[in-house]
Amino acid sequence: MNISIDGDRCIGSGQCALTAPGVFTQDDDGFSELLPGRADGGGDPMVREAARACPVQAISLED
Amino acid sequence: MTESVSFPQDRTCPYQPPAAYEPLREASPLSRVTLFDGRTAWFVTGHAEARALLVDPRLSSDRLHPAFPTTTERFAALNERRTELLGVDDPEHNTQRRKVIPGFTLKRTAALRPMIRRTVDGLLDAMVATGPPADLVTAFALPVPSMVICALLGVPYDDHDFFEEQSRRLLRGPEPADTQHARDQLDGYLGKLIDHKVREPGDGLLDELIEDQLRTGGMDRTELVRMAVLLLVAGHETTANMLSLGTFTLLEHPERLQELRADLSLMPAAVEELMRFLSIADGMLRVATEDIEVAGTVIRAEEGVVLATSLINRDGSVYPDADVLDWHRSARHHVGFGFGIHQCLGQNLARAEMEIALGALITRLPGLRLAAPADRIPFKPGDTLQGMLELPVTW
Repeated sequence: MNISIDGDRCIGSGQCALTAPGVFTQDDDGFSELLPGRADGGGDPMVREAARACPVQAISLED
Repeated sequence: MTESVSFPQDRTCPYQPPAAYEPLREASPLSRVTLFDGRTAWFVTGHAEARALLVDPRLSSDRLHPAFPTTTERFAALNERRTELLGVDDPEHNTQRRKVIPGFTLKRTAALRPMIRRTVDGLLDAMVATGPPADLVTAFALPVPSMVICALLGVPYDDHDFFEEQSRRLLRGPEPADTQHARDQLDGYLGKLIDHKVREPGDGLLDELIEDQLRTGGMDRTELVRMAVLLLVAGHETTANMLSLGTFTLLEHPERLQELRADLSLMPAAVEELMRFLSIADGMLRVATEDIEVAGTVIRAEEGVVLATSLINRDGSVYPDADVLDWHRSARHHVGFGFGIHQCLGQNLARAEMEIALGALITRLPGLRLAAPADRIPFKPGDTLQGMLELPVTW
Protein backbone atom coordinates (compact mmCIF):
# COMPACT_ATOMS: atom_id res chain seq x y z
CA MET A 1 0.00 0.00 0.00
CA ASN A 2 1.08 3.56 -0.70
CA ILE A 3 -0.55 6.41 1.24
CA SER A 4 -0.55 9.97 0.00
CA ILE A 5 -1.96 13.08 1.66
CA ASP A 6 -3.10 16.12 -0.29
CA GLY A 7 -1.73 18.90 1.92
CA ASP A 8 -3.62 21.61 0.01
CA ARG A 9 -6.96 20.03 0.87
CA CYS A 10 -6.16 19.08 4.48
CA ILE A 11 -8.20 21.15 6.98
CA GLY A 12 -6.37 19.90 10.04
CA SER A 13 -9.35 18.10 11.58
CA GLY A 14 -7.01 15.42 12.90
CA GLN A 15 -9.41 12.59 12.09
CA CYS A 16 -6.71 10.49 10.44
CA ALA A 17 -4.42 10.75 13.48
CA LEU A 18 -7.36 10.05 15.78
CA THR A 19 -8.41 6.95 13.82
CA ALA A 20 -5.00 5.47 12.95
CA PRO A 21 -2.48 7.04 15.37
CA GLY A 22 0.10 4.41 14.42
CA VAL A 23 0.33 5.80 10.90
CA PHE A 24 -0.80 9.44 10.87
CA THR A 25 0.10 12.42 13.01
CA GLN A 26 -0.61 16.16 12.99
CA ASP A 27 2.16 18.74 12.75
CA ASP A 28 2.02 21.87 14.94
CA ASP A 29 0.09 23.76 12.28
CA GLY A 30 -2.48 20.97 12.32
CA PHE A 31 -1.62 19.39 8.99
CA SER A 32 -1.73 15.67 8.54
CA GLU A 33 1.60 13.87 8.21
CA LEU A 34 2.68 10.26 7.88
CA LEU A 35 4.79 8.96 10.74
CA PRO A 36 8.36 8.13 9.64
CA GLY A 37 8.48 4.85 7.74
CA ARG A 38 4.70 4.48 7.59
CA ALA A 39 3.99 5.62 4.02
CA ASP A 40 3.08 2.00 3.29
CA GLY A 41 0.59 1.88 6.17
CA GLY A 42 2.67 -0.69 8.07
CA GLY A 43 -0.17 -3.19 7.72
CA ASP A 44 -2.39 -1.14 10.08
CA PRO A 45 -6.00 -2.21 9.50
CA MET A 46 -7.23 1.25 10.55
CA VAL A 47 -5.66 3.02 7.56
CA ARG A 48 -8.75 2.56 5.39
CA GLU A 49 -11.00 3.80 8.16
CA ALA A 50 -8.74 6.83 8.58
CA ALA A 51 -8.96 7.64 4.87
CA ARG A 52 -12.75 7.31 5.03
CA ALA A 53 -12.87 9.52 8.14
CA CYS A 54 -11.06 12.39 6.42
CA PRO A 55 -13.75 15.05 6.01
CA VAL A 56 -12.17 16.44 2.86
CA GLN A 57 -11.05 13.11 1.39
CA ALA A 58 -7.46 14.27 1.27
CA ILE A 59 -6.00 10.79 1.83
CA SER A 60 -5.55 8.43 -1.10
CA LEU A 61 -4.49 4.82 -0.92
CA GLU A 62 -2.90 2.80 -3.68
CA ASP A 63 -2.63 -0.94 -3.29
CA MET B 1 -42.96 12.31 -3.15
CA THR B 2 -44.09 14.35 -0.15
CA GLU B 3 -44.23 18.09 -0.79
CA SER B 4 -45.98 19.24 2.34
CA VAL B 5 -43.57 18.45 5.17
CA SER B 6 -42.10 21.59 6.66
CA PHE B 7 -38.57 21.99 8.00
CA PRO B 8 -37.55 22.44 10.75
CA GLN B 9 -39.99 20.83 13.18
CA ASP B 10 -39.90 20.27 16.92
CA ARG B 11 -38.82 16.92 18.28
CA THR B 12 -41.44 15.05 20.31
CA CYS B 13 -38.77 13.24 22.33
CA PRO B 14 -35.60 15.32 22.77
CA TYR B 15 -33.29 12.52 21.61
CA GLN B 16 -35.34 11.29 18.65
CA PRO B 17 -35.69 12.90 15.22
CA PRO B 18 -39.03 14.72 14.80
CA ALA B 19 -41.82 12.20 14.18
CA ALA B 20 -43.03 14.47 11.36
CA TYR B 21 -39.90 13.54 9.33
CA GLU B 22 -40.88 9.85 9.29
CA PRO B 23 -42.37 9.92 5.74
CA LEU B 24 -39.19 11.61 4.51
CA ARG B 25 -37.07 8.95 6.14
CA GLU B 26 -39.00 6.39 4.12
CA ALA B 27 -38.55 8.48 0.96
CA SER B 28 -34.76 8.32 1.52
CA PRO B 29 -32.22 9.27 0.27
CA LEU B 30 -33.69 12.49 -1.17
CA SER B 31 -37.01 14.30 -0.76
CA ARG B 32 -38.38 17.84 -0.54
CA VAL B 33 -39.29 20.07 2.37
CA THR B 34 -40.94 23.47 2.67
CA LEU B 35 -39.13 26.22 4.57
CA PHE B 36 -40.69 28.90 6.80
CA ASP B 37 -40.77 31.43 3.95
CA GLY B 38 -42.64 29.10 1.60
CA ARG B 39 -39.57 28.18 -0.44
CA THR B 40 -38.79 24.51 -0.96
CA ALA B 41 -35.47 22.72 -0.61
CA TRP B 42 -34.01 19.27 -1.15
CA PHE B 43 -33.91 17.17 2.02
CA VAL B 44 -31.04 14.69 2.09
CA THR B 45 -31.41 11.74 4.47
CA GLY B 46 -29.07 9.14 2.93
CA HIS B 47 -25.62 8.76 4.53
CA ALA B 48 -23.65 8.04 1.34
CA GLU B 49 -25.43 10.84 -0.56
CA ALA B 50 -24.84 13.31 2.27
CA ARG B 51 -21.13 12.52 2.48
CA ALA B 52 -20.75 12.88 -1.29
CA LEU B 53 -22.64 16.19 -1.30
CA LEU B 54 -20.79 17.63 1.68
CA VAL B 55 -17.44 17.27 -0.11
CA ASP B 56 -18.83 18.57 -3.42
CA PRO B 57 -17.56 22.09 -4.25
CA ARG B 58 -20.70 22.70 -6.34
CA LEU B 59 -22.62 22.93 -3.05
CA SER B 60 -22.04 26.33 -1.48
CA SER B 61 -22.22 27.61 2.11
CA ASP B 62 -22.43 31.23 0.97
CA ARG B 63 -25.26 32.64 3.06
CA LEU B 64 -25.30 35.79 0.95
CA HIS B 65 -26.45 33.76 -2.08
CA PRO B 66 -30.05 34.81 -2.82
CA ALA B 67 -31.16 31.16 -3.04
CA PHE B 68 -29.45 30.10 0.22
CA PRO B 69 -32.07 28.28 2.34
CA THR B 70 -32.90 29.70 5.76
CA THR B 71 -34.88 28.08 8.55
CA THR B 72 -36.33 31.06 10.43
CA GLU B 73 -36.82 34.76 9.92
CA ARG B 74 -34.38 35.50 12.73
CA PHE B 75 -31.54 33.52 11.12
CA ALA B 76 -32.35 35.06 7.72
CA ALA B 77 -31.91 38.46 9.40
CA LEU B 78 -28.25 37.60 10.13
CA ASN B 79 -27.49 37.01 6.46
CA GLU B 80 -27.41 40.66 5.48
CA ARG B 81 -23.68 40.46 6.05
CA ARG B 82 -21.20 37.68 5.58
CA THR B 83 -20.55 35.01 8.21
CA GLU B 84 -16.86 34.23 8.65
CA LEU B 85 -15.70 30.65 8.17
CA LEU B 86 -19.14 28.95 8.30
CA GLY B 87 -20.56 31.04 5.48
CA VAL B 88 -17.52 31.16 3.20
CA ASP B 89 -16.53 28.77 0.39
CA ASP B 90 -13.08 27.65 -0.70
CA PRO B 91 -10.55 28.93 -1.52
CA GLU B 92 -11.32 31.77 0.90
CA HIS B 93 -12.58 29.38 3.56
CA ASN B 94 -9.35 27.42 3.43
CA THR B 95 -7.31 30.58 3.97
CA GLN B 96 -9.45 31.54 6.98
CA ARG B 97 -9.52 28.09 8.53
CA ARG B 98 -5.75 27.70 8.37
CA LYS B 99 -5.34 30.68 10.66
CA VAL B 100 -7.26 28.98 13.47
CA ILE B 101 -6.40 25.29 13.00
CA PRO B 102 -3.26 25.36 15.21
CA GLY B 103 -5.41 26.16 18.27
CA PHE B 104 -7.50 23.01 17.89
CA THR B 105 -5.14 20.16 17.05
CA LEU B 106 -5.21 16.81 18.86
CA LYS B 107 -2.00 17.73 20.68
CA ARG B 108 -3.32 21.09 21.85
CA THR B 109 -6.57 19.50 22.93
CA ALA B 110 -4.80 16.72 24.83
CA ALA B 111 -2.82 19.37 26.72
CA LEU B 112 -6.11 20.93 27.87
CA ARG B 113 -7.36 17.73 29.51
CA PRO B 114 -6.02 18.46 33.01
CA MET B 115 -7.68 21.90 32.95
CA ILE B 116 -10.96 20.36 31.74
CA ARG B 117 -10.72 17.77 34.52
CA ARG B 118 -10.17 20.46 37.19
CA THR B 119 -13.09 22.49 35.83
CA VAL B 120 -15.41 19.47 35.87
CA ASP B 121 -14.34 18.41 39.39
CA GLY B 122 -14.78 21.93 40.72
CA LEU B 123 -18.31 22.18 39.35
CA LEU B 124 -19.24 18.75 40.71
CA ASP B 125 -17.85 19.73 44.13
CA ALA B 126 -20.05 22.82 44.11
CA MET B 127 -23.09 20.85 43.00
CA VAL B 128 -22.62 18.28 45.75
CA ALA B 129 -22.05 21.02 48.33
CA THR B 130 -25.34 22.78 47.53
CA GLY B 131 -27.55 19.88 46.41
CA PRO B 132 -29.39 17.69 45.79
CA PRO B 133 -31.38 18.66 43.80
CA ALA B 134 -29.80 20.72 41.02
CA ASP B 135 -30.55 22.00 37.55
CA LEU B 136 -27.86 20.20 35.62
CA VAL B 137 -27.98 22.76 32.79
CA THR B 138 -27.02 25.75 34.96
CA ALA B 139 -24.86 23.83 37.45
CA PHE B 140 -22.85 21.73 35.00
CA ALA B 141 -23.75 21.39 31.31
CA LEU B 142 -23.37 25.09 30.51
CA PRO B 143 -20.51 26.13 32.85
CA VAL B 144 -18.19 23.25 31.84
CA PRO B 145 -17.78 24.29 28.19
CA SER B 146 -18.16 27.95 29.02
CA MET B 147 -15.24 27.87 31.49
CA VAL B 148 -13.15 25.74 29.15
CA ILE B 149 -13.60 27.97 26.09
CA CYS B 150 -12.89 31.05 28.24
CA ALA B 151 -9.62 29.54 29.45
CA LEU B 152 -8.69 28.46 25.91
CA LEU B 153 -9.46 31.81 24.25
CA GLY B 154 -8.37 34.04 27.12
CA VAL B 155 -11.85 35.49 27.74
CA PRO B 156 -12.65 36.40 31.38
CA TYR B 157 -15.20 33.90 32.74
CA ASP B 158 -16.53 36.67 35.00
CA ASP B 159 -18.34 37.96 31.90
CA HIS B 160 -20.17 34.67 31.35
CA ASP B 161 -23.67 35.91 32.27
CA PHE B 162 -23.36 38.51 29.51
CA PHE B 163 -22.01 36.33 26.69
CA GLU B 164 -24.17 33.32 27.56
CA GLU B 165 -27.28 35.49 27.43
CA GLN B 166 -26.22 37.05 24.11
CA SER B 167 -25.44 33.59 22.68
CA ARG B 168 -28.88 32.42 23.75
CA ARG B 169 -30.50 35.38 21.99
CA LEU B 170 -28.30 34.89 18.91
CA LEU B 171 -29.44 31.29 18.56
CA ARG B 172 -32.98 31.45 19.93
CA GLY B 173 -34.15 35.01 19.40
CA PRO B 174 -37.07 35.04 19.64
CA GLU B 175 -37.24 38.01 17.25
CA PRO B 176 -34.99 38.92 14.27
CA ALA B 177 -34.09 42.10 16.18
CA ASP B 178 -32.77 39.89 19.03
CA THR B 179 -30.39 37.88 16.85
CA GLN B 180 -28.99 40.99 15.18
CA HIS B 181 -28.69 42.91 18.44
CA ALA B 182 -27.07 39.93 20.20
CA ARG B 183 -24.53 39.60 17.40
CA ASP B 184 -23.73 43.32 17.61
CA GLN B 185 -23.36 43.05 21.40
CA LEU B 186 -20.94 40.13 21.05
CA ASP B 187 -18.99 41.96 18.32
CA GLY B 188 -18.72 44.98 20.62
CA TYR B 189 -17.68 42.92 23.64
CA LEU B 190 -15.00 40.90 21.85
CA GLY B 191 -13.82 43.98 19.94
CA LYS B 192 -13.15 45.74 23.24
CA LEU B 193 -11.51 42.67 24.72
CA ILE B 194 -9.21 42.32 21.70
CA ASP B 195 -8.27 46.02 21.84
CA HIS B 196 -7.43 45.56 25.52
CA LYS B 197 -5.34 42.48 24.74
CA VAL B 198 -3.43 44.39 22.06
CA ARG B 199 -2.30 46.76 24.83
CA GLU B 200 -1.93 44.11 27.55
CA PRO B 201 -1.33 40.65 26.07
CA GLY B 202 -2.52 37.57 27.96
CA ASP B 203 -1.95 33.91 27.19
CA GLY B 204 -5.06 32.70 25.38
CA LEU B 205 -5.72 31.70 21.78
CA LEU B 206 -7.02 35.22 21.06
CA ASP B 207 -3.66 36.58 22.21
CA GLU B 208 -1.90 34.14 19.90
CA LEU B 209 -4.10 35.24 17.00
CA ILE B 210 -3.32 38.89 17.80
CA GLU B 211 0.40 38.09 17.75
CA ASP B 212 0.47 35.73 14.75
CA GLN B 213 -2.33 37.16 12.60
CA LEU B 214 -3.39 40.69 13.57
CA ARG B 215 0.15 42.07 13.96
CA THR B 216 1.37 40.44 10.74
CA GLY B 217 -1.62 41.56 8.67
CA GLY B 218 -2.87 37.97 8.29
CA MET B 219 -6.22 39.07 9.74
CA ASP B 220 -7.73 42.51 10.12
CA ARG B 221 -9.53 43.54 13.30
CA THR B 222 -13.01 42.90 11.87
CA GLU B 223 -12.14 39.35 10.82
CA LEU B 224 -10.51 38.60 14.17
CA VAL B 225 -13.48 39.96 16.14
CA ARG B 226 -15.98 37.96 14.08
CA MET B 227 -13.85 34.84 14.38
CA ALA B 228 -13.64 35.36 18.16
CA VAL B 229 -17.45 35.62 18.38
CA LEU B 230 -17.81 32.40 16.42
CA LEU B 231 -15.27 30.54 18.58
CA LEU B 232 -16.84 31.75 21.82
CA VAL B 233 -20.45 30.96 20.85
CA ALA B 234 -19.79 27.66 19.05
CA GLY B 235 -17.34 26.75 21.80
CA HIS B 236 -19.89 26.63 24.58
CA GLU B 237 -23.44 26.32 23.21
CA THR B 238 -22.86 23.12 21.28
CA THR B 239 -21.10 21.16 24.01
CA ALA B 240 -23.55 22.45 26.64
CA ASN B 241 -26.37 20.91 24.61
CA MET B 242 -24.51 17.62 24.24
CA LEU B 243 -23.91 17.44 28.00
CA SER B 244 -27.52 18.19 28.97
CA LEU B 245 -29.15 16.06 26.30
CA GLY B 246 -26.46 13.38 26.68
CA THR B 247 -27.14 13.10 30.42
CA PHE B 248 -30.91 13.01 29.87
CA THR B 249 -30.45 10.25 27.29
CA LEU B 250 -28.22 8.22 29.63
CA LEU B 251 -30.78 8.54 32.45
CA GLU B 252 -33.48 7.35 30.06
CA HIS B 253 -31.33 4.32 29.10
CA PRO B 254 -30.36 2.93 32.53
CA GLU B 255 -28.80 -0.26 31.13
CA ARG B 256 -26.51 1.69 28.83
CA LEU B 257 -25.65 4.01 31.72
CA GLN B 258 -24.82 1.08 33.98
CA GLU B 259 -22.66 -0.47 31.29
CA LEU B 260 -20.72 2.75 30.94
CA ARG B 261 -20.28 3.19 34.70
CA ALA B 262 -18.90 -0.33 34.94
CA ASP B 263 -16.37 0.25 32.17
CA LEU B 264 -15.26 3.83 31.57
CA SER B 265 -12.99 2.68 28.74
CA LEU B 266 -16.22 2.66 26.68
CA MET B 267 -16.42 6.44 27.06
CA PRO B 268 -14.81 7.46 23.71
CA ALA B 269 -17.11 5.05 21.85
CA ALA B 270 -20.08 6.29 23.88
CA VAL B 271 -19.30 9.89 22.93
CA GLU B 272 -19.28 8.97 19.21
CA GLU B 273 -22.53 7.05 19.61
CA LEU B 274 -24.16 9.97 21.46
CA MET B 275 -22.99 12.32 18.71
CA ARG B 276 -24.59 10.02 16.15
CA PHE B 277 -27.76 9.41 18.14
CA LEU B 278 -28.48 12.97 19.29
CA SER B 279 -27.53 14.98 16.19
CA ILE B 280 -27.97 18.27 18.05
CA ALA B 281 -27.23 20.41 14.97
CA ASP B 282 -30.11 18.90 13.03
CA GLY B 283 -29.88 20.28 9.51
CA MET B 284 -26.92 21.54 7.49
CA LEU B 285 -27.81 24.14 4.87
CA ARG B 286 -26.30 24.62 1.40
CA VAL B 287 -27.17 25.99 -2.03
CA ALA B 288 -26.22 24.35 -5.36
CA THR B 289 -24.19 26.55 -7.67
CA GLU B 290 -24.31 24.03 -10.54
CA ASP B 291 -26.50 21.04 -11.41
CA ILE B 292 -25.50 18.01 -9.32
CA GLU B 293 -26.67 14.49 -10.03
CA VAL B 294 -27.29 12.45 -6.91
CA ALA B 295 -29.14 9.16 -6.42
CA GLY B 296 -30.66 9.37 -9.91
CA THR B 297 -32.02 12.88 -9.30
CA VAL B 298 -30.62 16.22 -10.37
CA ILE B 299 -30.28 19.02 -7.84
CA ARG B 300 -30.43 22.09 -10.04
CA ALA B 301 -28.23 25.12 -9.74
CA GLU B 302 -29.80 27.72 -7.41
CA GLU B 303 -31.73 25.11 -5.44
CA GLY B 304 -31.45 24.94 -1.65
CA VAL B 305 -30.34 21.76 0.12
CA VAL B 306 -30.98 20.68 3.72
CA LEU B 307 -28.81 17.80 4.94
CA ALA B 308 -30.86 16.15 7.69
CA THR B 309 -28.24 15.29 10.31
CA SER B 310 -30.52 13.23 12.57
CA LEU B 311 -31.77 11.01 9.73
CA ILE B 312 -28.39 10.70 7.97
CA ASN B 313 -27.00 9.47 11.30
CA ARG B 314 -29.77 6.88 11.48
CA ASP B 315 -29.43 5.53 7.96
CA GLY B 316 -30.10 1.82 8.50
CA SER B 317 -27.82 0.79 5.64
CA VAL B 318 -24.84 2.14 7.60
CA TYR B 319 -26.04 1.75 11.18
CA PRO B 320 -28.05 -1.45 11.74
CA ASP B 321 -30.83 -0.93 14.35
CA ALA B 322 -30.07 2.75 13.97
CA ASP B 323 -32.65 3.83 16.55
CA VAL B 324 -30.96 1.76 19.27
CA LEU B 325 -28.28 3.30 21.47
CA ASP B 326 -25.33 0.90 21.41
CA TRP B 327 -21.79 1.58 22.66
CA HIS B 328 -20.46 -1.44 20.76
CA ARG B 329 -21.46 -0.42 17.27
CA SER B 330 -19.07 1.52 15.10
CA ALA B 331 -20.62 4.98 15.23
CA ARG B 332 -17.60 6.29 13.33
CA HIS B 333 -18.42 8.27 10.16
CA HIS B 334 -21.49 9.92 11.69
CA VAL B 335 -22.02 13.47 10.50
CA GLY B 336 -22.77 14.90 13.95
CA PHE B 337 -19.77 17.21 13.55
CA GLY B 338 -20.61 17.76 9.89
CA PHE B 339 -18.46 16.57 6.98
CA GLY B 340 -16.51 18.34 4.24
CA ILE B 341 -14.52 21.53 4.61
CA HIS B 342 -16.84 22.94 7.29
CA GLN B 343 -16.57 19.99 9.67
CA CYS B 344 -16.48 21.27 13.25
CA LEU B 345 -13.19 23.01 14.04
CA GLY B 346 -13.55 22.23 17.76
CA GLN B 347 -14.52 18.58 17.46
CA ASN B 348 -11.45 17.25 19.28
CA LEU B 349 -12.00 19.68 22.14
CA ALA B 350 -15.69 18.75 22.27
CA ARG B 351 -14.83 15.04 22.45
CA ALA B 352 -12.42 15.64 25.33
CA GLU B 353 -15.00 17.71 27.22
CA MET B 354 -17.76 15.14 26.74
CA GLU B 355 -15.58 12.19 27.75
CA ILE B 356 -14.30 13.91 30.88
CA ALA B 357 -17.54 15.62 31.94
CA LEU B 358 -19.94 12.72 31.39
CA GLY B 359 -17.45 10.20 32.80
CA ALA B 360 -16.92 12.22 35.98
CA LEU B 361 -20.63 12.98 36.40
CA ILE B 362 -21.79 9.37 36.29
CA THR B 363 -19.01 8.01 38.51
CA ARG B 364 -19.13 10.79 41.09
CA LEU B 365 -22.94 10.56 41.41
CA PRO B 366 -23.91 6.87 41.22
CA GLY B 367 -27.46 7.68 42.33
CA LEU B 368 -28.01 10.34 39.65
CA ARG B 369 -31.62 10.44 38.45
CA LEU B 370 -34.22 12.83 37.06
CA ALA B 371 -35.98 14.94 39.67
CA ALA B 372 -39.09 15.41 37.49
CA PRO B 373 -41.06 13.17 35.13
CA ALA B 374 -39.07 12.84 31.88
CA ASP B 375 -41.97 14.01 29.71
CA ARG B 376 -42.32 17.23 31.74
CA ILE B 377 -38.75 18.42 31.30
CA PRO B 378 -38.58 21.21 28.70
CA PHE B 379 -36.22 21.00 25.75
CA LYS B 380 -35.33 23.28 22.87
CA PRO B 381 -37.58 23.85 19.86
CA GLY B 382 -36.62 22.42 16.45
CA ASP B 383 -35.41 25.70 14.97
CA THR B 384 -32.15 25.85 16.93
CA LEU B 385 -29.47 23.57 18.40
CA GLN B 386 -31.14 20.67 20.22
CA GLY B 387 -30.69 20.28 23.96
CA MET B 388 -32.46 20.55 27.32
CA LEU B 389 -33.79 23.89 28.56
CA GLU B 390 -33.64 22.59 32.13
CA LEU B 391 -32.53 19.30 33.61
CA PRO B 392 -33.73 18.83 37.19
CA VAL B 393 -31.71 16.02 38.78
CA THR B 394 -31.17 14.51 42.19
CA TRP B 395 -28.75 11.86 43.51
